[in-house]
Amino acid sequence: MSSESSRFFLPDPEGQVPSAEGYFGAFGGKFIPEALVAAVDEVAAEYEKAKADPAFAAELDDLMVNYTGRPSALTEVPRFAEHAGGARVFLKREDLNHTGSHKINNVLGQALLTKRMGKTRVIAETGAGQHGVATATACALFGLECTIYMGEVDTQRQALNVARMRMLGAEVIAVKSGSRTLKDAINEAFRDWVANVDRTHYLFGTVAGPHPFPALVRDFHRVIGVEARRQILERTGRLPDAALACVGGGSNAIGLFHAFLPDTGVRLIGCEPGGHGIETGEHAATLTEGTPGILHGSRSYVLQDEDGQITEPYSISAGLDYPGIGPEHAYLKDVGRAEYRAVTDDAAMQALRLLSRTEGIIPAIESAHALAGALEVGRELGPDGLLLVNLSGRGDKDMDTAARYFGLYGNDDQTGEGDK
Amino acid sequence: MAGNIELLTSVLAQARAEDRAALVGYLPAGFPTIDGGIRAMTEMLDGGCDIVEVGLPHSDPVLDGPVIQTADDIALRAGIRITDVLRTVREVHAATGAPVLCMTYWNPVDRYGVERFAADLAEAGGAGCILPDLPVEESEVWRKAAEQHGLATVFVVAPSSRDERLAKITAAGSGFVYAASLMGVTGTRASVGREAEDLVARTRATTDLPVCVGLGVSNAEQAREVAAFADGVIVGSAFVKCLLAADGDIDAGLAAVRTLAGQLGDGVRRRGATRD
Repeated sequence: MSSESSRFFLPDPEGQVPSAEGYFGAFGGKFIPEALVAAVDEVAAEYEKAKADPAFAAELDDLMVNYTGRPSALTEVPRFAEHAGGARVFLKREDLNHTGSHKINNVLGQALLTKRMGKTRVIAETGAGQHGVATATACALFGLECTIYMGEVDTQRQALNVARMRMLGAEVIAVKSGSRTLKDAINEAFRDWVANVDRTHYLFGTVAGPHPFPALVRDFHRVIGVEARRQILERTGRLPDAALACVGGGSNAIGLFHAFLPDTGVRLIGCEPGGHGIETGEHAATLTEGTPGILHGSRSYVLQDEDGQITEPYSISAGLDYPGIGPEHAYLKDVGRAEYRAVTDDAAMQALRLLSRTEGIIPAIESAHALAGALEVGRELGPDGLLLVNLSGRGDKDMDTAARYFGLYGNDDQTGEGDK
Repeated sequence: MAGNIELLTSVLAQARAEDRAALVGYLPAGFPTIDGGIRAMTEMLDGGCDIVEVGLPHSDPVLDGPVIQTADDIALRAGIRITDVLRTVREVHAATGAPVLCMTYWNPVDRYGVERFAADLAEAGGAGCILPDLPVEESEVWRKAAEQHGLATVFVVAPSSRDERLAKITAAGSGFVYAASLMGVTGTRASVGREAEDLVARTRATTDLPVCVGLGVSNAEQAREVAAFADGVIVGSAFVKCLLAADGDIDAGLAAVRTLAGQLGDGVRRRGATRD
């Protein structure tokens, strides 16, 4: 088997979940228009062939080492940890990957699948722009035509990433429908795919969507948890008490969590965007506040009203501003293997500044939600605690948002110690 | 009260007996207003449509182009509820006696309750449902409820559907088969491609159900072309455009809807006329 010889392509060895129909318990499935059935089935079939082909794993391994820079580091952050009840805290440094986030893991895998299927054009959605940048990067590398859909609101708050995508040769389309964020970018990408499916692959960026995407995207990210588990055992001699990650669609979280699923002593904690606070209704905490429903091709938890209309989410973080969640997370929540808690904008921004000031690492606002969760959990565990946090992306893209939040613009020296 | 699947079947059979295609019109409920929508659909049926599809607007209409998205947004921003959609079905059917179907995405039905939705749609006089993001593999729960309540389950087939899938889909469907004329979302197009004719022929090879063609048809000439090879012609975005163009002048919009229905109705009756 290719997966036994590969260091970085590590599909779920159990092969049990999801079911053949794409279900994780009651969640998942394939709720798609007939026009996309053939294309989605082709992706599933090609992925099964790729899994059985040692040449696929070998090519992906080579890219992971020599292009992405894997394995990514595990960094202990003791000065940050002083604020987390004295627990030891380790960060899995997916921010150090080429393009600055975990997204490249999945993108390179699916770009290779695109080539195998003989398709010449790639489309993708993006929220914060990290998946869009990674996709534009892979398309430049492989000579594929690339169109990225991004909500108009997000093109403004992540303008730097729009420029990066265009520099890489991608077309970026600002989506003006609905809430003009990630959800609407996905709608528009689906519309494009239906019309251009013959030559186009939809390089889906998270562990949601119709089967096989939740399992396929997860498999390309499993390397995060497999590496981190080995690294933390080497460094500390034991498994962490908890592994934490932010969840929007849930790709970096599932990538971290999956290797720890059999380790029932390790708490798996997903940190959802609590926005202005759950009580205000302005949030995107899908697992905390949502109900089962269908969005973007699968059954999972969604934020919706009584009539099944999807409600508009809110988060300061473009990458987490999504009213759905991958179906495997819905399953892990319902069976009690993972727990999910909401982290507000303010808590995330404080954690962003704290890590910057104590460790010299500026995290993405998305990842800062997980850091804020770690501060809470560390205080609950006390000095004997050991925490693993997925630092899923770097914060360069967020400097405009952070500068406005902390008042860092202007001629006077600003320390960012204002009343925020 | 049982739904009106038999009325739907007999209207389609009557069109076939008259050697013409049936004309199926679509509008989202609540557009331009709830009562305006009811009047517009009544005008469509009085003007020349045989059957009407009432759209249940959804926040995330991934299969709709910008025209129907705009209409859905107007209805949703005005606060339309599923009960308003059911009232639309009831009043349009009561006013015209015509078969009225509901077309929507799966989540609103799933959330409302499958059994409850089927029962309430049938009670309102509905004839069936079109659920374009519910593939046949996931449809068993719905089909059981629909069958129990006398409702048709109209499946969509696409040019990309392979023959073995067509057989599976048409075996599960009832009422008629909705053949998408092209690979794409709803909206008017300059021409309806040849792949529609091929799809209708491949679909007919698997079923005796009538095959109606939708997506892209907007004028009488296109309706005539499609009527030459299909059992029905489905028009949606062109009707929405009539009302959008009237820009709030509801009477002008209704007149335009009625005129278009008349022109399209002439088109589907001139099938077999010499082609240019």
